Amino acid sequence: MRKMYDWLDERLDLSPIWRDIADHEVPEHVNPAHHFSAFVYCFGGLTFFTVVIQILSGMFLVMYYTPDIVNAFNSVKYLQTEVAFGYIVRGMHHWGASVVIVMLFLHTLRVFFTGSYKKPREMNWVVGVLLFATILGLGFTGYLLPWDNKAYFATKVGLEIAETVPLVGPYIKTFLAGGDIVGASTLTRFFAIHVFFLPGILLALLAAHFILIRRQGISGPL
Amino acid sequence: MAGGPHDKETVKYVGDSRVRATRERLLPKPYSEYPGKTEPFFPNFLLKEWMAAVVFLIGFMVLVVSHPAPLESHAADPNDTSYIPLPDWYFLFLYQLLKKIPGDMIVLGTVVIPGFFSLLFLLAPWLDRSPERRPWKRPIATTIMLFVIASIVYLTYEAVAQHKMQLEESASAAEQAPAPPPAPAPTESAAFDPEQAYMQSCSACHGQDLKGTPAAPSLIGLSLSTDEVVDIMTNGIGVMPAGRFQGTDEQKKQLAEWVLSHQ
Repeated sequence: MRKMYDWLDERLDLSPIWRDIADHEVPEHVNPAHHFSAFVYCFGGLTFFTVVIQILSGMFLVMYYTPDIVNAFNSVKYLQTEVAFGYIVRGMHHWGASVVIVMLFLHTLRVFFTGSYKKPREMNWVVGVLLFATILGLGFTGYLLPWDNKAYFATKVGLEIAETVPLVGPYIKTFLAGGDIVGASTLTRFFAIHVFFLPGILLALLAAHFILIRRQGISGPL
Repeated sequence: MAGGPHDKETVKYVGDSRVRATRERLLPKPYSEYPGKTEPFFPNFLLKEWMAAVVFLIGFMVLVVSHPAPLESHAADPNDTSYIPLPDWYFLFLYQLLKKIPGDMIVLGTVVIPGFFSLLFLLAPWLDRSPERRPWKRPIATTIMLFVIASIVYLTYEAVAQHKMQLEESASAAEQAPAPPPAPAPTESAAFDPEQAYMQSCSACHGQDLKGTPAAPSLIGLSLSTDEVVDIMTNGIGVMPAGRFQGTDEQKKQLAEWVLSHQ
């Protein structure tokens, strides 16, 4: 083990990378083992943990899901009722979507009320707000995918609301719906946005979020 | 004095065969940055974090297994006009805000109010610039945030309550529906029945009992003239599209009068 590490380290210079990722001190004021009230500092980690759950469960859902209006509902129903543990995987993704919003909200409030967004961490706050928007976008696009009435009409109303925005509204609606009505091309668009576009943005923003927090360290005690 | 051969800024050619590589020891960073009982992130703190995550995961899986994700019994039916739409719970407050705003000022609810608060939120670090971090020492920021949280909670609660009420109403309306409709009184305009026209063209959004749905407001007790209603019918208003009811001007007038007769 040690030899393997040395062999890699000699060629890749792993130690600085390792130092950047893992080798740092956790200060007392964020450690719930010392101050129980410091559990409020856990929400960011739990948000990330739930995001990981979402990515993993989503990867398994895509194995069964079919993004077209004839089969979408049936594929979800098949997964829910027939596939072994299918209802658990779908349940994780369904409930995880809500839990991630709750955790994100609590994390945001912690950062806000501890004033942690202040100099020098302004940029990380902005990245966090963008993450919030991305995750809301994931929630909105994912809601359509089961293609039952609840999904369909919520999206229809959502797009009608988007249409009322002055100037750009009709363009937003056409871009998202892929046409005049919520239909086949809307479903494929929402699927692509939910599975490729937004997760890509999400991972890039998460990387920025973590690089910044390692660079700047966690904010000091109040 | 900078520029010496042992200066920190000197370029280091790692692995260049002409330069002797000096291996740095993996020394723990000084504990002095934060006074108090610090703890190494790896493995000590990460292990504890993982234990907390496992407890969270157990609770989460109990929820998942005991409450299967909902799925309706059939695929989406775009022609189902009686379905009462509802967004996911974390969008409810925006939806409820929209319902509170009259149709001709809808842009307030779609852009101005959410946009204003989103911008405040995004630009918080530049609006609240003092080095003070304790929430009770920066009352403006704290007050605004508490107000926003309270509004979100209240609007969400109200949206859920209204949706429940509508579901009950539509359920009781569905029970009454099978009763045979009273025979329309024969008049000179027997070919046009405003109630039937309403059911075909308007009830999908305004509800079969004219009490409104999340998609459109109630039509009972309107303080509008017949001509104004005809105008709205023809040209639309707010989110209401134009020309939902296609008919002659006389029929539009009759339909408007019928709507206004519900006070």
